[in-house]
Amino acid sequence: MNFLGWLFDPAHWSGSGSIPQRLVEHIGYTALTMLIAIVIAVPLGAWIGHTGKGGFLVVGSANGLRALPTLGVLILLVQWTGLGLLGPLIALVLLAVPPVLAGTYAGVRNVDASVVDAARGMGMRGRDVLFGVELPNALPLIIGGIRSSVLQVISTATIAAYVGLDGLGRYIIDGLSIRDFPQMIGGSILVALLAVVADLVLAGLQKLLVSPGLQTAGTGRRVRAVATRPTDTAAQAA
Amino acid sequence: MNWVIQNLGFISSLLTDHIVFSLVPVVIGLVIAVPLGWLANRAGFGRAVVVNLAGLLYTVPSLALFVFLPVILGTGILDPVNVIVALSVYTVALLVRTVADALEAVPPLLVDAATAMGFKPFRRFVAAELPVSVPVILAGVRVAAVSSISLVTVGSVIGFGGLGQMFTDGFQRSITAEVVAGIVLVVALALIVDGILLLIGRALTPWDRAARAVAKGATA
Repeated sequence: MNFLGWLFDPAHWSGSGSIPQRLVEHIGYTALTMLIAIVIAVPLGAWIGHTGKGGFLVVGSANGLRALPTLGVLILLVQWTGLGLLGPLIALVLLAVPPVLAGTYAGVRNVDASVVDAARGMGMRGRDVLFGVELPNALPLIIGGIRSSVLQVISTATIAAYVGLDGLGRYIIDGLSIRDFPQMIGGSILVALLAVVADLVLAGLQKLLVSPGLQTAGTGRRVRAVATRPTDTAAQAA
Repeated sequence: MNWVIQNLGFISSLLTDHIVFSLVPVVIGLVIAVPLGWLANRAGFGRAVVVNLAGLLYTVPSLALFVFLPVILGTGILDPVNVIVALSVYTVALLVRTVADALEAVPPLLVDAATAMGFKPFRRFVAAELPVSVPVILAGVRVAAVSSISLVTVGSVIGFGGLGQMFTDGFQRSITAEVVAGIVLVVALALIVDGILLLIGRALTPWDRAARAVAKGATA
């Protein structure tokens, strides 16, 4: 199948519906969704982790999300709100919140109790402890949750082309409707590349943002906490 | 509700398809992941390669994988086999790491005891290391099964997806009841399968039951 020919055809690299335009759309949807999801999930997860109230809800929502069929949720929301950006965006945010929430909650919750005690011993108040100690220590798991969410959103935004959203998914859906298989395969390669690159960029960001003390600590536990995503830990706990 | 009652035949045939096409990949994936996980746990260098490769595969969005697999497999682009292979790939990607972690966590004392009793490596793996790893591996299988049940529906976009066809059909004909019923059925199926796997896990680990009873007695 001549999908390489489709991918490298100069006609597909400029103008309306070109690969750069679809790529920017796809990244735009993902960025907008993640912005909203982070604004909702990080404060909520931090509060629940800090106070310890309602933790079972967080773990439940992250586990329950796996069972929820994304295509069904997308179609249901589009049927309620009509075609356009709003329905898919609500669906994407809905799917993006639980992993970030679970990551933030688990991160704040798992901060070494002796570290929190030491902070209190130094005279830090609740707010200082949360922002100065708990959140920086929770950062590896928070970013881990964001990584899971970003992958979920890139994947679901692709499927959302079925309900009329733009982005790279258009090539797969439009290609299917006219039986243009090279276009479909070319589109699927672009989506896969975007997901892999996004994950690598976030992994790099994780290295950059997380305090070096948390990355190079001698104990295996810390190192593993950095590598483990909250979805994995949720799986172990389930 | 009326819609559901009038279309019970249609729904039950989709449900049968859905069960086959979501659970066969989990079985295939588990059968492949156990030896791979064993290998990854054995060879230190292989472990990093296998775990990273699995992570990379898990990153690829489902719809993209469904469409791209025919290039590798030589199948038709609308062949249901693509969905089965794609979901098997996800299961392997998820379980290889779980199996490797589970085997790594087996107490060395137990392995030594089995060796001392004259177990050869293969029998020691099957009779001692694998059974002790069941709880952790099963946790992974539950995640894989639930994900698989939910992911099959994405296949309906390219013409095959079990209960997912209730979404695409309900969308094209604007029947909200059909979409809602589809979501409820998929979630219910996932919960039921998850519960059955939990029970299978308990049946496979009778020693855990004894430990739980002791723990319960201690707290009572």
